[in-house]
Amino acid sequence: MALKMVKGSIDRMFDKNLQDLVRGIRNHKEDEAKYISQCIDEIKQELKQDNIAVKANAVCKLTYLQMLGYDISWAAFNIIEVMSASKFTFKRIGYLAASQSFHEGTDVIMLTTNQIRKDLSSPSQYDTGVALTGLSCFVTPDLARDLANDIMTLMSHTKPYIRKKAVLIMYKVFLKYPESLRPAFPRLKEKLEDPDPGVQSAAVNVICELARRNPKNYLSLAPLFFKLMTSSTNNWVLIKIIKLFGALTPLEPRLGKKLIEPLTNLIHSTSAMSLLYECVNTVIAVLISLSSGMPNHSASIQVRPAQGRAPLFFSFFQLCVQKLRILIEDSDQNLKYLGLLAMSKILKTHPKSVQSHKDLILQCLDDKDESIRLRALDLLYGMVSKKNLMEIVKKLMTHVDKAEGTTYRDELLTKIIDICSQSNYQYITNFEWYISILVELTRLEGTRHGHLIAAQMLDVAIRVKAIRKFAVSQMSALLDSAHLLASSTQRNGICEVLYAAAWICGEFSEHLQEPHHTLEAMLRPKVTTLPGHIQAVYVQNVVKLYANILQQKEQAGEAEGAQAVTQLMVDRLPQFVQSADLEVQERASCILQLVKHIQKLQAKDVPVAEEVSTLFAGELNPVAPKAQKKVPVPEGLDLDAWINEPLSDSESEDERPRAVFHEEEQRRPKHRPSEADEEELARRREARKQEQANNPFYIKSSPSPQKRYQDAPGVEHIPVVQIDLSVPLKVPGLPMSDQYVKLEEERRHRQKLEKDKRRKKRKEKEKKGKRRHSSLPTESDEDIAPAQQVDIVTEEMPENALPSDEDDKDPNDPYRALDIDLDKPLADSEKLPIQKHRNAETSKSPEKDVPVVEKKSKKPKKKEKKHKEKERDKEKKKQKEKKAEDLDFWLSTTPPPAPAPAPAPSTEELSVNAVTTPKHECEDAKTEAQDEEDNAEGQDQDKKSPKHKKKKHKKEKEERTKGKKKSKKQPLGSEEAEAAGEPVQNGAAEEEPLPPESSYSLLAENSYVKMTCDIRGSLQEDSQVTVAIVLENRSSSILKGMELSVLDSLNARMARPQGSSVHDGVPVPFQLPPGVSNEAQYVFTIQSIVMAQKLKGTLSFIAKNDEGATHEKLDFRLHFSCSSYLTTTPCYSDAFAKLLESGDLSMSSVKVDGIRMSFQNLLAKICFHHHFSVVERVDSCASMYSRSIQGHHVCLLVKKGENSVSVDGKCSDSTLLSNLLEEMKATLAKC
Amino acid sequence: MIQAILVFNNHGKPRLVRFYQRFPEEIQQQIVRETFHLVLKRDDNICNFLEGGSLIGGSDYKLIYRHYATLYFVFCVDSSESELGILDLIQVFVETLDKCFENVCELDLIFHMDKKFPALPEGKIQGANARELQMSEVHSAQICRHIFLLDSALLTE
Repeated sequence: MALKMVKGSIDRMFDKNLQDLVRGIRNHKEDEAKYISQCIDEIKQELKQDNIAVKANAVCKLTYLQMLGYDISWAAFNIIEVMSASKFTFKRIGYLAASQSFHEGTDVIMLTTNQIRKDLSSPSQYDTGVALTGLSCFVTPDLARDLANDIMTLMSHTKPYIRKKAVLIMYKVFLKYPESLRPAFPRLKEKLEDPDPGVQSAAVNVICELARRNPKNYLSLAPLFFKLMTSSTNNWVLIKIIKLFGALTPLEPRLGKKLIEPLTNLIHSTSAMSLLYECVNTVIAVLISLSSGMPNHSASIQVRPAQGRAPLFFSFFQLCVQKLRILIEDSDQNLKYLGLLAMSKILKTHPKSVQSHKDLILQCLDDKDESIRLRALDLLYGMVSKKNLMEIVKKLMTHVDKAEGTTYRDELLTKIIDICSQSNYQYITNFEWYISILVELTRLEGTRHGHLIAAQMLDVAIRVKAIRKFAVSQMSALLDSAHLLASSTQRNGICEVLYAAAWICGEFSEHLQEPHHTLEAMLRPKVTTLPGHIQAVYVQNVVKLYANILQQKEQAGEAEGAQAVTQLMVDRLPQFVQSADLEVQERASCILQLVKHIQKLQAKDVPVAEEVSTLFAGELNPVAPKAQKKVPVPEGLDLDAWINEPLSDSESEDERPRAVFHEEEQRRPKHRPSEADEEELARRREARKQEQANNPFYIKSSPSPQKRYQDAPGVEHIPVVQIDLSVPLKVPGLPMSDQYVKLEEERRHRQKLEKDKRRKKRKEKEKKGKRRHSSLPTESDEDIAPAQQVDIVTEEMPENALPSDEDDKDPNDPYRALDIDLDKPLADSEKLPIQKHRNAETSKSPEKDVPVVEKKSKKPKKKEKKHKEKERDKEKKKQKEKKAEDLDFWLSTTPPPAPAPAPAPSTEELSVNAVTTPKHECEDAKTEAQDEEDNAEGQDQDKKSPKHKKKKHKKEKEERTKGKKKSKKQPLGSEEAEAAGEPVQNGAAEEEPLPPESSYSLLAENSYVKMTCDIRGSLQEDSQVTVAIVLENRSSSILKGMELSVLDSLNARMARPQGSSVHDGVPVPFQLPPGVSNEAQYVFTIQSIVMAQKLKGTLSFIAKNDEGATHEKLDFRLHFSCSSYLTTTPCYSDAFAKLLESGDLSMSSVKVDGIRMSFQNLLAKICFHHHFSVVERVDSCASMYSRSIQGHHVCLLVKKGENSVSVDGKCSDSTLLSNLLEEMKATLAKC
Repeated sequence: MIQAILVFNNHGKPRLVRFYQRFPEEIQQQIVRETFHLVLKRDDNICNFLEGGSLIGGSDYKLIYRHYATLYFVFCVDSSESELGILDLIQVFVETLDKCFENVCELDLIFHMDKKFPALPEGKIQGANARELQMSEVHSAQICRHIFLLDSALLTE
């Protein structure tokens, strides 16, 4: 053994290690490939040895080579060998190599399952860690399924290092094995409140990533994230959460209202640019979602900021745009870029607010940085108006000329077209100008967007009737010019415009000046080098032209001329008949026969023009792109059923050029291979010729000149007959667009002058003095009359088309599988597959206990199964309602930003120290208990009178809201908030049993100010609680200089800024204008949390109004109840059972009589007021769990009798427990 | 999410390549080359964001890079990442490397890609963890896993 080891190490001394390899590669610069192949041979030798160290070394080198681009998949098995080494050093090399080179197609990967499981449950956290790390890179659906349960157990590992990794890798597992999401989600959610910040941020990351793809499933987590956002100090986590909120707000406008305040606070307070930027971004998203939720949003926000919250939002909006402008003006290019990026988000909904920064954006177009130019281009889209369109496009055209890279140029091209064509050519006043712009764009070599230009040409020519004449003349010039044809050989997209040109010239041939000339241009031999679909259009439109010419000639009585044209057709069409493209061939041969027939008729002096032109009678109208899709399938029609048994693939070719055009994109790749493969073609032709030669039935034609060069394989050999052109080869009208700009300016100037004159006259008649106004250049867009009367034909839509725009989702989206409702309670069948103990060695590991426990907990379930199943439906409904209601509830108890149904104090005096629940809540609770009864009744009568019930409910609701409105002066905007909230409540939660409650309880109030507060256990620090105090100014004066001074007790101490003494007050970081409320948060450190306690405090402030300022004070008492030290912590039933079994908890119990409330609501109350979560509920018995900020476990068993409720509690601290139970008793007594 | 982390030198030689999405080796090299050409064209004083390398993903993806002396650090990320955040991350990453190697330079990355370590001293692993922790606080689903790998790959002893 020892000898072997020595031998091994000696062997290794002569091996090349990684460093030697790297050095070697550097020394063999000339023949690197050769050297590396040599090394790979060596490595192969090394891999054959038994010594694991040698193997690891070899794998290590391979990893390096992989990075250099060498395929190392052949060594996959050796990598697995190294992965299974017992030594960590080697294991890690193995995992590293695996993570770099393994993928789903690696077949040996299935051998790793057990090895990885073993490593995951290894006692060494580093083994586990390295396995997790590696697994994350090469997890496959099989691995995910087999290991999901193991990884889930690791999420509760004792070491945060492992927990964090396990949480992160769960994301990959979800992606590969979506079924695991639901069973694992509760635990993942739990990790959001993990004491370790690293784990917490990992969980935030995973959930954010999940929620980004399917936001609506994660709406119910919003309260939790909100809490995290207000309590977290980690910028990275904050950024993620804020981004997530940005994704959530479009789904829930009320959430946005809640967010705005804390976000703006962050904007003002943070020093981190990244955080600031994300905040601004999300505020924008919020504002957009809010404004799109309001009817007439643009009006209410921009024009009429007079009502409700609109002015507030408006100012936020201004704030954002201002901040963005600062960013864009910054010298730091990165900030400039981001500013523009965010601007473009605003642009979509509020183009006006961006338009005011036009100068800045145009300036950015000249930036030397391409990224910035691209962003500015995006923004331009919203900048244009009738007035400046020409000017902007002109500027873009100069950029097109200057642009060096094709990507940027292509981008410019699409933007020009986008800008011009947006909202149905709204901003184009002169279509001649636009056509010439399009023609100018055809000069671009090598652009991919030829089809875009072509589509525009077609669209404009078809839909703007007035422009057809001009368009036809331009198009015929295009057809005539050689540059497009020449470039077609380079297979770039610009020849696509010929498609449009040919079609336009054919369809509107009556406008052609020299139809004969154009006809010749279209029949040039060079045309056959164009792609097939374009040739097909050529062929088709040649006939249209021909028909037109025939008619002209016959009307003029030139029979010879007509025959000459026919002869031309007969001569030239065969070149198309021989086309390799099926479509071209078919059309051409068909038409050739037709023309030959016409020739015969002509020879007999029969007038044919009339009949020929009826071939193309009628007009083709544009069809809306999605028209076909929008026709609803009539009832009883099964589109998939066969009408007849299929004979063969009959392809129905749509004759409409437009439709063909739309197919073109898919068709092109089909054509390409056939074109590219000239050799193949030649071979086929040869074969065909051979076949034809042997076929006695085939009539051999004498080889025509065209035929000869068809046989040649390459286009280069085609003997092109140069046609003597009378027209210059230059595309006419190139500089025309500039002329138009000038013309347009003159025209406008004239118009303006006329208008001014008219106006002056009018004004002089009416009033003098305001004349200056009219001469200002604030002329609105509408004032500019279009150059020609334009009739834009709308696209045709089928009858009874559905107006909806279905958003077709990509069925291949891997994230779609993760669109899973997470709020539904878990069904029994939804468990992660648990691997049975196959290998004895792994069962030693501690984590393996868990499945056993799960089995235990399964047993009682089975007993109750029958009973449960009956109730399940009800349960599910209720649970769902509860969730919805929880969220609604949270959203409506908005603290500062939208203080909607905040506690409405009755006129009675409220005790200054807000012990647990204020009285009004209790009242609410009563009405609600009645509600509940009504509900129960209603449910009995459910089937009989649902209508009745609904009405009743609505009435009650109305009454309640009325009562509230009466009872209290509503804070600003709350009515609107309610109004916004109402429809959702009505729709989603009709049977909502609990009215909104607030966790904010009244602290103190006087005529100036009202204080409400909420005490929450801090998630991160032990023994700290956060007190959120909402201050509401109810006077007409401005409150400033607010200071909070609290007398510390031995047990509780306020966290003060550094350097201030115990007796100093802590300033409140804001001022309050009249009617406004805001929230301030203070942290208190608590030594012992087993007892409730009260702290005395004073709020001092200066109230300033027109008459002067007064110094005011308000005393209050902060009540820290034991419940406020508890944090809602979800708990698994297995963990719960374990906890109870452990025996280190002391027990105590209380019983309360006279309870009428339903059990469900009772539990909800306990959860809400005392921060518990339900672990399991069976009938009228529930187990609940919570954890104190100092880590005491509190378990409850709540049972409901006839009219009583008994609560048994177990807790690691008996004092805490008895105090808690007392508080609970007080709460329950009010039920 | 981060799609890829590429580190290459001024001549486009890859120094560290990590993809979180599977690409065959030759495509990986192609991506590195393309990215290199995209980045090389850009001056040092223009912005650090680049849109659309054609090979990794569509319009949702961005390249965010920094240039340090002879090395380019390029992160390919999608829209769920904060742009400035990633820039900071690159900075943190480089600082971490710096701590590892004391004045990190290209040669360090070349030679210490991985090394034979008889046994990693416990302390060093702890150190690596500390850094990793800092990183993961810093970052997204993918990154921390990655950094640990990097760390372990780069750690020399």
